Amino acid sequence: MRTYVIRRLLYAIPTLVAIATITFLITRLAPGDPIRLFTFGATDLTREDIEALRAAHGLDKSLPEQFALYIVNAAQLKFGNSILYHKDAMSLVLERLPNTLTLAVTALVLQLVIGVPLGVLAAVNRGKWIDNAVRFFGVIGHAVPAFWFGLMLIIIFSVTLRWLPSQGVLTVGKDVWDIGDRLKHLIMPAFVLALAGIANYSRYLRTETLDVIRQDYIRTAEAKGLASKTVFMVHALRNALIPVVTALGGVLAFLISGALVIEQVFTWPGVGQFTYAAARQKDYPVITAGVMLGGMLLVLSYLIRDIAYAVVDPRIKVK
Amino acid sequence: MATTTADIAAVSPVSVPSRRASAGLWSDAWYRLKKDRLTMASIAVLVLLILLSAAAPLFEEHVFKFKFAQQDLLGAYAKPQLEKPEYLLGSDEIGRSQVVRLLYGGQISLLVGFLAAFIQLTIGVSLGLIAGYKRGLVDDAITFFITVLNSIPTLFLLLIITALFSPGPLTLIVILGLIGWTGITLFVRGQTFALREREFVTAARTVGASGSRIMLKHILPNVLPFIFILAAIDVGGIILVESALSYLGIGILPPTPSWGNMLSNAAGYFNLAWWLVVSPGVMIFLTVLCLYLIGDGLRDALDPRLRGAS
Repeated sequence: MRTYVIRRLLYAIPTLVAIATITFLITRLAPGDPIRLFTFGATDLTREDIEALRAAHGLDKSLPEQFALYIVNAAQLKFGNSILYHKDAMSLVLERLPNTLTLAVTALVLQLVIGVPLGVLAAVNRGKWIDNAVRFFGVIGHAVPAFWFGLMLIIIFSVTLRWLPSQGVLTVGKDVWDIGDRLKHLIMPAFVLALAGIANYSRYLRTETLDVIRQDYIRTAEAKGLASKTVFMVHALRNALIPVVTALGGVLAFLISGALVIEQVFTWPGVGQFTYAAARQKDYPVITAGVMLGGMLLVLSYLIRDIAYAVVDPRIKVK
Repeated sequence: MATTTADIAAVSPVSVPSRRASAGLWSDAWYRLKKDRLTMASIAVLVLLILLSAAAPLFEEHVFKFKFAQQDLLGAYAKPQLEKPEYLLGSDEIGRSQVVRLLYGGQISLLVGFLAAFIQLTIGVSLGLIAGYKRGLVDDAITFFITVLNSIPTLFLLLIITALFSPGPLTLIVILGLIGWTGITLFVRGQTFALREREFVTAARTVGASGSRIMLKHILPNVLPFIFILAAIDVGGIILVESALSYLGIGILPPTPSWGNMLSNAAGYFNLAWWLVVSPGVMIFLTVLCLYLIGDGLRDALDPRLRGAS
């Protein structure tokens, strides 16, 4: 197990280097000179001042040199100072990380707590109305544009009914540890973010449960005279749950990506919303830091998925 | 190509009387599809949506008599109504007709979806065939590239690209097409791995067929049914991504209407006119729903073993 984890960790390094390379290339290929942008409107700058600025940001060096420097700095999580805030870009982005994680983890929990039972319920009641309802929901939940669903919820629950706040993580002036107020802010964005995943998991679980209960060992267990409840809970469900882990990679990718839009809809001060704002202002260091953080989160979650997968399904380690 | 029963039926001089004329894969699938009312309904709705969008200029001129860029500041925030046909779905903040703009928005959204999906499928299928057939170093390189692309959250990647390059509709289609093909490649690669070990591929190789010929003439036709399923779902996915990007203000930029940027516009004043938020969303939802249902239906029709499985 330990060698497997170490090997997986080592595999993550070239991936991270490649992500850093891609972000470097995209930002360097983009039209526009960051220094021009930085000094836009400043009329009292001399040519020497601009050259000095260029040198200070390392932009006077050749592209390969810049790239080498960039990689060395990226390895230390240094992406330069934000043009807007004049602070270290990565620490600015990291300040928003807890908010994004709160949202994503809550959404993940909602997906599992709602999606898994729905799928199992549908499989057990195959062909009945509940099965059809779950299958119907499985398609619908996937096809609804999440951000639009969020807007509709805001119209219903914030504008019309005035039950839930439409934006932010905390009411201004409330105590930081006011959990009730935080939950009220969290529930709508988390549910919107979770919707597609709930639909996905209900589909996966339905298919998998139907597949598992057709297996020979289930028939054996029933032939032994075990109660059907025991057969289901002990023998069937455990194996049907394997795709919950397999699907985790895609689900996490979706959550981190999707959070960007949902954070925007609910003005949730997370990594995505911050990176988005930076992109609109062309704040290159923050954009790079945000994308790298998103990439690192994903690499980390793939790692967790693979390890969880190896724990759940020991056959995988043989490969 | 693997000889199908359809080929045999075509050359056989004796026609076998049966309920169905031929039992080839496609006609068989079509036979099953015709019986699947939900899928047929989805196809009908999708075709209707495409026709409506394509006929937007006709509707503009003859039905609503209101240009899509035409403004009427006194008629701003009109409620959906039947008295004025141009305000059938209400009007926006400068009195433009919501229904005419929806039709034009449909043109853009559908065009982006289908064209970008075409690019994705072309890249995805070719790389998948090559990786699966060549194996070895080529496969390793392609797989590594996919791992990297999959490790950057798609929207973050699209965000930096679109924010830094501010693309027009055509560039956006290319960008969307160049990203997001990884799933298709992985699927085709897996299928090709299995197919290349089959007897008909070995047979083709023994008679001296080149690698590209085997890939295109022997393996591709066997993967094709799955590609149609993937395509339907892919177009839906891209329409969702485009709408999200346009909602964020970095996809299709106004004044060109797309369902996504109409929503971003409407979201700014939904306390004044909430109905403007409803209609573009319903259009996106309906289109994507149809495409997903068609994908599901195609899968059931092409691969009956999976019928009702998910």
